[in-house]
Amino acid sequence: MTLIDRPHEPGGPTPRHDAPLLSVRGVRKSYATPQGAVVVLKGVDLSLRARESLALLGESGSGKSTLLHLIGGLDDADGGEIAIEGAAMTGRPDGERAALRRARIGIVFQQFNLVPSLTVDDNIAFQARIAGRFDPAWQDELIGRLGLGDLRSRYPEQLSGGQQQRVAIGRALAVRPRLLLADEPTGNLDEATGDEVMDLALDLVARTGCAFLMATHSTRLAARLDRRVRLASGALVAS
Amino acid sequence: MSEAVWTFMALVSHWRRHRASFATLMVGLAVATALWSGVQALNSQARQSYDRAARLVGEAGAPALVSARGAFIPQEQYVALRRAGFKVSPVLEGTVRIGGAAYRLVGIEPLTRPGGAVLTGLEDSSDLEAFLRAPGQTLAAPQTLSELGAAAGARIQTDPGALLPPAVAQDTIAPGLIVVDIGVAQAVLGRPMQLSRMIAASDATLDAEALAAVVGDALRIETPEETGDLTRLTESFHLNLTAFGLLAFIVGLFIVHASIGLAFEQRLGTVRTLRACGVSLATLIAVLVSEVVMLALLAGAIGMVCGYLIAAALLPDVALSLRGIYGADVGRSLVLEPRWWVSGLGMALLGALIASAASLFKVARMPAVALGRPLAWREAHEGQLRRQGVLAGLALVVALAAFWLGEGLVAGFVVIAGVLLGVALLLPLGLARLLRVGEAMSNDALARWFWADARRQLPGLSLALMALLLALSANVGVGTMVEGFRTTFTGWLDERLNSEIYVTAQDAEAGRRVAAWLEADTDVTAVLPVWRTETRIGAWPVDVYGLRDHATYRDHFSLLSELPRAWDRVRDGTGALVSEQLAQRMSLGLGGEIALPAEAGVWTVPVVGVFADYGNPKGQVRVNVDRLVRHWPDARRTHYSVRAAPEAVAGLIERMRAEFGDALAQVSDQAQLKAMSLRIFERTFAVTGALNTLTLFVSGIALFASLLTLSDVRLAQIAPVWALGVTRRRLSDLEVGKVMVLAAMTAVLAVPLGLVLAWCLVAIVNVQAFGWRLPFHVFPLQWGVVFVLALVTAFVAAMLPALRLSRTAPADLLKVFANER
Repeated sequence: MTLIDRPHEPGGPTPRHDAPLLSVRGVRKSYATPQGAVVVLKGVDLSLRARESLALLGESGSGKSTLLHLIGGLDDADGGEIAIEGAAMTGRPDGERAALRRARIGIVFQQFNLVPSLTVDDNIAFQARIAGRFDPAWQDELIGRLGLGDLRSRYPEQLSGGQQQRVAIGRALAVRPRLLLADEPTGNLDEATGDEVMDLALDLVARTGCAFLMATHSTRLAARLDRRVRLASGALVAS
Repeated sequence: MSEAVWTFMALVSHWRRHRASFATLMVGLAVATALWSGVQALNSQARQSYDRAARLVGEAGAPALVSARGAFIPQEQYVALRRAGFKVSPVLEGTVRIGGAAYRLVGIEPLTRPGGAVLTGLEDSSDLEAFLRAPGQTLAAPQTLSELGAAAGARIQTDPGALLPPAVAQDTIAPGLIVVDIGVAQAVLGRPMQLSRMIAASDATLDAEALAAVVGDALRIETPEETGDLTRLTESFHLNLTAFGLLAFIVGLFIVHASIGLAFEQRLGTVRTLRACGVSLATLIAVLVSEVVMLALLAGAIGMVCGYLIAAALLPDVALSLRGIYGADVGRSLVLEPRWWVSGLGMALLGALIASAASLFKVARMPAVALGRPLAWREAHEGQLRRQGVLAGLALVVALAAFWLGEGLVAGFVVIAGVLLGVALLLPLGLARLLRVGEAMSNDALARWFWADARRQLPGLSLALMALLLALSANVGVGTMVEGFRTTFTGWLDERLNSEIYVTAQDAEAGRRVAAWLEADTDVTAVLPVWRTETRIGAWPVDVYGLRDHATYRDHFSLLSELPRAWDRVRDGTGALVSEQLAQRMSLGLGGEIALPAEAGVWTVPVVGVFADYGNPKGQVRVNVDRLVRHWPDARRTHYSVRAAPEAVAGLIERMRAEFGDALAQVSDQAQLKAMSLRIFERTFAVTGALNTLTLFVSGIALFASLLTLSDVRLAQIAPVWALGVTRRRLSDLEVGKVMVLAAMTAVLAVPLGLVLAWCLVAIVNVQAFGWRLPFHVFPLQWGVVFVLALVTAFVAAMLPALRLSRTAPADLLKVFANER
């Protein structure tokens, strides 16, 4: 089953089909350090439509993760606007950003970030459950497609890196997100495993119809996505 | 709702996979609650007993009539007073032995008891009739009957063979008391037509002149302040127990703090994941608080049960101490009110929330993205160390301020708490410095790693080491005080109990006859009157003793301070000796004068010496016996101390008893009295010793808990060293070594801290609480014992984690590198 159109969520704006799913306008972010403020993002603009995939390239420390965190509502920007399907992410209190994140965004990290005390099954189902969207049938399909059928009752420490990342992808997609964010998802994997994980991720993204934004330093992986942009000196340049 | 539920399940699932951590957290909080609630159970039991005992023999604040001369009052005096219109009620009290145990038997006359002195069950006329009419009733608390193995209606037999009326359980009667009709009591105690006292209503005015018109000078009015309200007298004893219980609770909270803090740190990744999945901060905090509350209630309930068992185990020692020191009866089995359970659970809850507050605050303050950054967490820890240093400084300043400006017992405890807390908070900084020195002095690479890695472990172990420091210091401090007390007390007893026999006669006339008989005995070398009276200076009861000049006192009764020719002046009646607590309370110095309210007026006499009077809650003055009789003609002349050949003592006592029978109220030999005094001393400090040991045990658990929960993190830190060629066995030995080095450093710091604590106990707390000061002794051997205890505690705590490390499969060590690129 693929999901292309979803019912409009109560309380949120009605998405226009031609409007960008993700809108980032003039986003700025800096961090305070003992040596003074460090400016990471100097006014970033980007947009992403549904079913579109975008690779965010840049050197280590260029601010890719910071931008992803801001888009995911894990941190708040110093300035600018971020909106998901017209719903503003910036300038909201933590509770509202969290609600938006759990309902519409799936995040895959480089370090997998699974809950070590939950099984594979429970890890995958977690975000869907807290969002009130747990669908056993969709869970089973995801697990099957991710090749985790025999590993459902295992714990993360009993899995290889590639297996853990597949669980992370499963968790991010189990909630049927509108936007999937991935921060160096193959960074801790060998090339072959990384490619395998990317194949799965792209396949499932296509099936769910969500937008996909991936931060990576690999031009090879970036080439597999629809578009590429590069973050340098706190601003985006076309790649 | 589902957000909170699933978040809760995700967080709680951590404990399912870390059962050892869960167990140590539960044990820590349960033990802390147990020690606190156990002490409070003892205090609560005692206070309930005081209240019930006071209600039994009279209203609170009611006056009583007691014999001015001897131990008992002839019943005809009571009859005369009643006929004269005095609304008094007779009471006879004594001790009976049942099944080898001593119980207080109280005989009452319910028809004449003052209206406020309630005995539930006797308010109804039919029950009153049952009590008065043959065979009568024996009223006792349910737990007393249970101890005696007596069912309702059973007739209890005393050891000498007397049969009491049928037993009836009464909740309002204090444990350890048995209440019967006064006629029954007179028969059982062998005191026909005799009374101990007569009680009046609290609003009754007993006019001394009207009294004298009926009974002459045979009786005197005893006000409640004179005997000393038990609650007030025992306040210091219970406060010291509470202080110890609080110390143990705080040490236990270190375990909780360590376990919860480390659990938070272990779940940092989970918390980050939960936030990434869309759990709001508010939900996260609410779930974490709910988790702490549930754990606290569960552990608290277990702790309360253990606290009850601890209190039940310590109650016999406490009861003996209270009876021996204050004459208070608290029963032998525990009965606790429901509010004890509520307050204990409340403490567990409060303690758990306090212990987890820092971690909750950290989670609330940090942005979600920083939770995943170990550097951010380390920055927070270093910030915490700085704040700890500031707090330590504040605590020491508060201690200093309380020392210089404070007064009273509470100020003494503030000094102790401030010093202990301040030094404990400085411990991690101090240990870090020492470890740097060790590292700088090492040439070998592995040795340098040993010291550096020990320093790295400090953040995770600092709380446990602080708990260990507190426990070791308490051991040194309290141990020093107790040993010093034992040394002083033993010597003091030898001085004070110098006579071979101590005799108390029924009345003055019997006393004269006994003294004359003794003086005629060839085995007796001296018969020394120890007559006394009671007076009050201000609101404080003071015993005045009259002594005859004799070598027994000059040679053995040592004085803390004295003027030249002090004993000569006492003999001449131109000087008085006062107890240390009286001198301290009344600010009396040598050469100053003390004004003693006497029967014919106030007798002002110079103070020529101060003597130690350990354990006495009242003041004491010693004067020449002739002066005593002159100023207090009605002083009790029933006590004598007898010097005799030691080998003749047993025979002499036997002959005396055969000669005088009931005319003797009590005869004791020196060995008996010393043994009883020492027994009371040992049992009193057995309670302290038990709490001391339990506190050390709790700190050992704290160390074990920290090591266990650190063991997973340690794997990632040790794996690189293993990969470079150091065997697992060697690494495991080094792990144990590091913990023992840290414990040894802590023990070395604990000794001076413990000595400071001992000095505070001796010089401040003891003086404020009891009015007397012990000499300050040090016991270096004790320090060695404490040092060894620290090493043993560390070794036992470190063994299991080290064993696990030594048995870790190489594959598990390699996994540390598997996720790194």
